[in-house]
Amino acid sequence: MDIALINPFLAAAKHVLKTMAGVDVRPGKPFLKKDDLAKGDVSAIIGITGVASGSMALVFTEKCILGIVSSLLGESYPKINDDVRDAVGELTNMICGDGRRRLAADGFSLQAGVPTIVSGKDHSIRHFADGPRLAVPFETDHGAFMVEVAFGKPH
Amino acid sequence: MAYKDMVVLVVDDFSTMRRIVKSVLRDLQFKEIVEAENGAEALAMLKSVKVDLIVSDWNMPVMTGLEFLKKVRADEQFKSIPFIMVTAEAQKDNIIEAVKAKVSNYVVKPFTPASLAEKIAKVISQS
Ligand SMILES: [Mg+2]
Repeated sequence: MDIALINPFLAAAKHVLKTMAGVDVRPGKPFLKKDDLAKGDVSAIIGITGVASGSMALVFTEKCILGIVSSLLGESYPKINDDVRDAVGELTNMICGDGRRRLAADGFSLQAGVPTIVSGKDHSIRHFADGPRLAVPFETDHGAFMVEVAFGKPH
Repeated sequence: MAYKDMVVLVVDDFSTMRRIVKSVLRDLQFKEIVEAENGAEALAMLKSVKVDLIVSDWNMPVMTGLEFLKKVRADEQFKSIPFIMVTAEAQKDNIIEAVKAKVSNYVVKPFTPASLAEKIAKVISQS
């Protein structure tokens, strides 16, 4: 998989969380993900089409997303509810949009769909393409989240 | 007209973003804020409430912000309402399309409260 298609989404995650929620993120070591298991409690996946086709997913641990949403909306949330799921969807929209804008500047034109949000322990994420899935873990002061990107032939 | 006497219509399919925009508006002393989840709902809202400023998302189901903008600008009664697009769709072509459709200003998501506040003040002072 072309790393040039991945890096803009990682930069976007950092930029969106800092700008909208004032949260600093620290990327860990990227790895190839082999299974569909989400390593977190709530996730969103969004389809991408254009010069490449695939999907981007964000997977948050509960502690991490509750911290992020509390600073995003200025209100504290003790558990994952509809407001938190809605915020995960809109963060995904913004990160995907910011990543696509960075890619457009490099001449890659991409469009995105509407995010699907899933929550619950041990839920799974099904990417839209058969290609390899690159996962990048991130750390924040609130806890961990993961960005997954997969491009390839559609299922 | 003072901000506190103006009616603002906030349009976004995600309640999170409507809340963020509303909080910026309240900090600016706007008091009357109405909401819609897509362009079609927003158009219906315009027909029942007299709106002085529109802050709308682009990417929404049912009717997008761009289609909504075109309908507003084509309507004799609504065409001069200041219209700010707040959107993650910010590739060059998108901005050109929105400008052609006579958007008043454009805010790219993600944004800081200060940058949205500044664009709101600017379009109102120009209207
Ligand atoms: Mg939207």
